Amino acid sequence: MLRFTIKRLASAVLVMFTISVLVFLIFFATPGVNPAARIAGRSASPQVLANVAKEFGLNRPLPIRYGLMMYHLFIKQDLSSYVNIGDRIIPQITAAAPITLSLIFGAVVIWLLVGVSAGVIAAKNKGKFIDPLVMFFGIAAISIPVYWLGQMVLLVTQGGLHRTIFAWAPNGGYVSLTQSPWQWALHLLFPWLTLASLYAGIYARVLRGELINNMNEDYIRTARAKGLSERRILYRHALRCSMISIVSLFGLDVGVLVGGAALLTEVVFGLPGVGFLTYQGLQNLDLPLIMGCVMYGAFFVVLASAVVDVLYAYIDPRIRVVA
Amino acid sequence: MSLDDHSTDAVLSVRDLTVSFATRQGVVRAVDGLSFDVGAKEVLGIVGESGSGKSVAMYSMLGLVRDANVSISGSVLFEGREILGLSDADMQSVRGGEVGMIFQDPMTALTPVYTVGWQIVEQLRAHNEMTKKAAYERAAELLAEVGIPDPKSRINHYPHEFSGGMRQRVVIAMALSCNPKLLIADEPTTALDVTTQAQILDLMGRLQATHGSSIVIITHDMGVIAEIAHRVVVMYAGRPAEIGPEIDVVRSARHPYTWGLLGAVPRADVKTRRLVTIPGNAVSPLEVPPGCAFAPRCQYRMDICEQRPPLRGAHDHLDACWLSDEQRLAIRSTATVRGES
Repeated sequence: MLRFTIKRLASAVLVMFTISVLVFLIFFATPGVNPAARIAGRSASPQVLANVAKEFGLNRPLPIRYGLMMYHLFIKQDLSSYVNIGDRIIPQITAAAPITLSLIFGAVVIWLLVGVSAGVIAAKNKGKFIDPLVMFFGIAAISIPVYWLGQMVLLVTQGGLHRTIFAWAPNGGYVSLTQSPWQWALHLLFPWLTLASLYAGIYARVLRGELINNMNEDYIRTARAKGLSERRILYRHALRCSMISIVSLFGLDVGVLVGGAALLTEVVFGLPGVGFLTYQGLQNLDLPLIMGCVMYGAFFVVLASAVVDVLYAYIDPRIRVVA
Repeated sequence: MSLDDHSTDAVLSVRDLTVSFATRQGVVRAVDGLSFDVGAKEVLGIVGESGSGKSVAMYSMLGLVRDANVSISGSVLFEGREILGLSDADMQSVRGGEVGMIFQDPMTALTPVYTVGWQIVEQLRAHNEMTKKAAYERAAELLAEVGIPDPKSRINHYPHEFSGGMRQRVVIAMALSCNPKLLIADEPTTALDVTTQAQILDLMGRLQATHGSSIVIITHDMGVIAEIAHRVVVMYAGRPAEIGPEIDVVRSARHPYTWGLLGAVPRADVKTRRLVTIPGNAVSPLEVPPGCAFAPRCQYRMDICEQRPPLRGAHDHLDACWLSDEQRLAIRSTATVRGES
């Protein structure tokens, strides 16, 4: 298990390095594109272009340019934007990351609780009225786009009802956990629910299918023949085996979300997270910022998939056999 | 002898067990009027083709047929107690505690994500007040008993780390863990290669002698019957075709279907161009004729076969066939039937 973990983490580091090289090449070595003009933004003066070329070592060989880039990004952390002159990239990302992490964290708790219990309830009541009902809500939650749902939530909580039952609901924005835990949770409640609904729907449907498949497996018959209770069979045997696919889904989803895919929720609710930052960078064509966000996103996707693989090996012993 | 009343000294006494499923095409009788007894320390073989209802019969009496459309009737006494229609909780203490089960495919019979020790301990602790430590020690003893080398360390291995034969040993250890009065083995050797089959049968025979459990072994292999069974029930289309002591059924079978089964066993000492088969296909449970179920495939069919033959015979060797003793003698003297030859 330990050997597997180390091996997996080592390979994650390798993947991260590869991604950084690829990202660098896309931004700085695309043929026919002048990186200095890209970095400096629209209608930059020759003076600025010369500065950019000097700072990024654009007249030096490619490997040195890569080294310089990584040095500015990670070690000196002084890579700065030319579009919003002087804005440093890394501090912006590290300021935005806790907001995104807060959003994802709460949503994860909600969607796992709701998704897993809904999946179990549906599978338990297969063939009864409650199963299609739960699955209907599942497909509805999956089908409703986040930006629409978010807007509707805002419309309801901030519209006419804001004077009566939703008087307590804040109008978007973010309050940090250290400032006021209560306000933090209050400000994030609706973003959490909005973001969680899609994933809760997906997880409920996937888990239901997995559970029903697993309940037809031979080992469930063995468990019954052993005289175990139906409860124990469902939770300790079928659910445990079904969690394998849930964990693999989970890792990818969390990785992508932390990497900035919660963009829509962040924009709708005015949360200045990483997704929001990327969105701004794209709008301003702020190349250093976009590159920083891409690297950050890739980092979390790779990290999450490494963590999931380790978790996976913990849940499913068949994977631990290292080739 | 008859099978009308329950036998009082049997471990398992089944009378007129009928299992039917409501399907879109109508009611299907998977088991139709099955009766048999299993005495103390007796090994009963139930033999028949795929779909003859042999597994369903055993599963249904233990509440393992969990289909909303099933209906089960008849009477099953286990140690004198009626177990058909027991509550879930009562049935749970019978299953695994008093009745152990072994299944056909050891590759899929164990939960893949738990160690074999964990799975044996789970069963031990479901039926006995035991500390975890004591249960693990007992599990290691059981693994040793079924011939798994180095049980102390193997106990912490996962099912995928065992071969098929070894997994079947684990399943057997699990089935025997609570010293059941009755062991039901559903084709325990079918999924194994021939040498492993012999080892597993040998092991079951030895354990049966030491533990004193009765065994019901379900199989389609007459060789397995000859190896281990004391008595045999031959089933066809959910009905008993012939019941009797193993030696009688194998050496002097009375039912044309049993003749077919015995004739279909390949022999190493006789070279044949083609394997012997019973003509026709096993009857679909939707189209079982009202008379003798085997009649459409039977080469000795008579007019009376339109009526359902009763299960009758001399002493403890019963069969459901309209052929008279003289007819059978005449048929058995021809070469197509294998028996005493």
